[in-house]
Amino acid sequence: MTDRRDPLLTVDGLSLSYQTRQGEVQAIRDVSFELARGSALGLVGESGCGKTSVANCLMRLLPDNARLSAGRVLLDGQDVLLLTEEEMRLRRWRRISMVFQAAMNVLDPVYRVGQQIIEAIETHGVESTDSAARERVARLFRMVGLDPQLMERYPHEFSGGMRQRAVIAMALSCDPDLMIADEPTTALDVIVQDRILRELKAIQQQLAMSIIYISHDIAVVAEVTDVVGVMYAGRLVEMGDTSDVFRAPAHPYTAALMSSFPSVSGERRSLTSLPGEPPNLSDPPQGCPFHPRCAYATDVCRTEYPPQARSGSHWAACWHPLDATLVPQS
Amino acid sequence: MESASNTPETPNAQATGSDASDGEPLVAVHGLTKLFPVGGGPFRKPSSFIHAVDDVSFQLGHGESLGLVGESGCGKTTVGKLLVKLLEPTDGEILFRFGDPDAPVAEASWDSAAIKGRLLRSFRRRVQMIFQDPYESMNPRRTIYDIISEPLSVQGMGDVQYRVDRVLEILTLVGLTPAGAFLFRHPHELSGGQRQRVAIARALVIRPSFVVADEPTSMLDVSSRAGVMSLMQDLATELGVAYLYVTHDLAVARYMCHRIAVMYLGKVVELAETEELLRNPLHPYTKALLSAVPLPDPGRRRQAPDIRGDLATPIDPPSRCRFYERCPAATAHCLDHPHPPMEEKSPGHFVACYEV
Amino acid sequence: MNTPGPVSPIPTPEFGVEPGRGRVRFVLVRLRLMWRSFRNGWGIFMESRMGRVSLFTIITFALMAAAHPILMAFVWDPATYDPVTGYSFDQVEQPAPPSWKHLLGTDPLGRDVLSQLLYSTRSEFVLGITAALVTVGIATFVGAVAAYYGRLVDSFFMRLADLIIALPAISLLIVLSALFHLNLFYLALIIGVLGGFGGTAIILKSQALSIKVKPFIEAARVAGGGHFHIIFVHIIPHLLPLALLYMMFTVTSAIFAEAVLSFLGLLDLRMSWGIMIHTANTGGYLLGGTRYWWLIVPAGASITLLCSAFYLAGRALDEVVNPRLRRRND
Repeated sequence: MTDRRDPLLTVDGLSLSYQTRQGEVQAIRDVSFELARGSALGLVGESGCGKTSVANCLMRLLPDNARLSAGRVLLDGQDVLLLTEEEMRLRRWRRISMVFQAAMNVLDPVYRVGQQIIEAIETHGVESTDSAARERVARLFRMVGLDPQLMERYPHEFSGGMRQRAVIAMALSCDPDLMIADEPTTALDVIVQDRILRELKAIQQQLAMSIIYISHDIAVVAEVTDVVGVMYAGRLVEMGDTSDVFRAPAHPYTAALMSSFPSVSGERRSLTSLPGEPPNLSDPPQGCPFHPRCAYATDVCRTEYPPQARSGSHWAACWHPLDATLVPQS
Repeated sequence: MESASNTPETPNAQATGSDASDGEPLVAVHGLTKLFPVGGGPFRKPSSFIHAVDDVSFQLGHGESLGLVGESGCGKTTVGKLLVKLLEPTDGEILFRFGDPDAPVAEASWDSAAIKGRLLRSFRRRVQMIFQDPYESMNPRRTIYDIISEPLSVQGMGDVQYRVDRVLEILTLVGLTPAGAFLFRHPHELSGGQRQRVAIARALVIRPSFVVADEPTSMLDVSSRAGVMSLMQDLATELGVAYLYVTHDLAVARYMCHRIAVMYLGKVVELAETEELLRNPLHPYTKALLSAVPLPDPGRRRQAPDIRGDLATPIDPPSRCRFYERCPAATAHCLDHPHPPMEEKSPGHFVACYEV
Repeated sequence: MNTPGPVSPIPTPEFGVEPGRGRVRFVLVRLRLMWRSFRNGWGIFMESRMGRVSLFTIITFALMAAAHPILMAFVWDPATYDPVTGYSFDQVEQPAPPSWKHLLGTDPLGRDVLSQLLYSTRSEFVLGITAALVTVGIATFVGAVAAYYGRLVDSFFMRLADLIIALPAISLLIVLSALFHLNLFYLALIIGVLGGFGGTAIILKSQALSIKVKPFIEAARVAGGGHFHIIFVHIIPHLLPLALLYMMFTVTSAIFAEAVLSFLGLLDLRMSWGIMIHTANTGGYLLGGTRYWWLIVPAGASITLLCSAFYLAGRALDEVVNPRLRRRND
């Protein structure tokens, strides 16, 4: 029996690289975080920052040229990375499930949508009889806001928003403890996005499930998560309660991201943009990877990777945190 | 150029083309309609039509930027393509008044339908487009020089030395420096933000008066997005370009546009100055759209948007208000009457709704 | 300001901002770029064993073709060694087996086989390459035009292609050769035209269709480019790699068609590999098993080798053109 207060997921010192023609690309470097039961974590960052690689590590869905060089991923105290492929297959969907960005590629076009979910349920032995599984899918459909009659339809008869809901229903089908949502609403229009995010939030509270949202849209993350982690160049550079991070971003990169984000409400402040481009991960810069683009960079930033500056659960890997209450840890 | 933007804090009043009193608008669109046939073939009549753009009218002043906002499938991109003559309208007219001092008198006003042949080349010098996808809108086999100089070379403007100079000049202007180092690169060697700067350079190298920008920042990362946005604004002021800014993102439109037109299923349902539209939305659809935009502020809770159902089909829609099925304020009057006309509720604020 | 983006694997030639003798330098930089991309493709081609083997074989045959006129002029006595009118008087019996004087023996009419073989090589090259150029020239143009204009133009060319594919090519050639005196050039032209309006056109058209819908075609229209500009500058360059590939395959089929028709004695040629086998056959030596091997093996092996060499070259080029086929870990 696990203690309810233990974190559901502990990622410790995770490092991942891809072997490519241009050499070794360090997609994730020394990423550590914990996720409590029933809470929502957001991972934000720009394309190529490694956020999707983290998700793929948790699901153990890695391409052949990926190499895990260090780290542990503990789900309920058990290291996911040490499981055999067979053991992992049993845990996918039941323990961890994932909502992919491209919903169309997940649903098989030649089978009815409901049938695909029923199959997932039966394969994992969640329900033994066909009618129970069917009942369960109908319940899931209602939960994500789809008419259960749509179970008999084919994926191409669904609109983009309906497909995304069906994929969410599929991810929920085996009562997972943890759901990873990789850009779940990026391809959707705002009104549909709003509905799906609201439903996800309600379901998460109802089932006391944990969710990891992966997104480049900081507004979406601000609305749906309790804890947020900001990634840059394969590193987690800042993490803390969503309200703390958004109220007082400590890492200059986080601050830059926020001030470059246009908003429809409030005063129309001018946007600032970050100079330069993200670093090349096959040859990352010395020291803090953000220093070539950082307005506050000093000599120490160029030579040595910064330690965590911390205040409570809010920390930032920066030599010069913008929030003075954060204290560097030795 | 990109460290801080100098966005106009208040939209330039004289640049808003809503009142055509002291000057003709640059673009005047009247009753623009585009139907796409569904089914049918060379010898068969199409069974039905997609009403992509249906009786749309607006005006755009010199140097003004108008945002065309709506969800996917609302016809906003079709309007853009009609304006640059990538598509021909089914009905309605588009009038351009470029106001070139050196233009012949006969060309003072251009009717889009009459622009053909020689006149079309001349038109292409004045109207350009920036495309959404920085990866697909450039021929991967051509160099940056080829891409940017294409408008100059196909129009036969200048010799090689002239074109090289113009390309170097515009590259510097869009912030790709040192310009010489970019000239002979290929698009795949640049990042998304850099490519979109090249796309802007291509559209502006010929110094057009009017540019249709089709979601130029939607595929960019947040940090390069702001840079591209402020660059477009800087160049608009510097070169006196007017934009039709097509976007699904109200927040982006707020920063880029003097006025915003909201489209729903081929119709413009509301048109007003940007801040007026955001503070005081009148049409139920605009309200719903606005309240669905997530806010980057964890403390604030938004109201759920007041809207029912999903986007209706644009194939042969009934003649009543297009928003009827999803409208929280719909009445029997809305059901019995045709789609409401645009009415000016307050100066410069147009709405197409019976219940406002 | 802006750091140059993700590193390019090959350094880009820099073009100075300062004007002055721009045109010359401009052309030079262009040439360097073309050379660079050629070297890039060359490297990939030579990396594959198929590429190396095929290139070696083709060069060997080319040297053989070049050697014949030199040998005839300086070494061999035309009266004895001419491939068609020569006669070896010092042999008692014809065909004579290989000897120092006749390295590959003589044929039933007392002519030197090696001389025939070398002499024919040149015509095989001329035939194969002419047919391939005609095919690819027509197919590229037809494919691009049919895809770009669509509708009636497309229907016309595609129905024509169906018609040509439905015709059995060899039977058609037999009928044509019975009606007309087919020489090498006409044969190349016929094979080229059949291929060009036939299957190759369909393949190139489908490629052109996928290019026609790319936004850069619309961008070119907005820039003011006319139909010809778009077809020749934006569509056809994208067809050339595939066209080059089909060029290689056409060479193979042209050489093969020539061999078949010559074997049947239907072509109006002085000498070719097919005629060499035809000569052996009419003398009844083909049935003699391996006893008269020098009458059959040199020509037969040459046909097989050269055909396979061009085919393999095509396959290796496919790897250059089509990155998905490359076996490497990126």
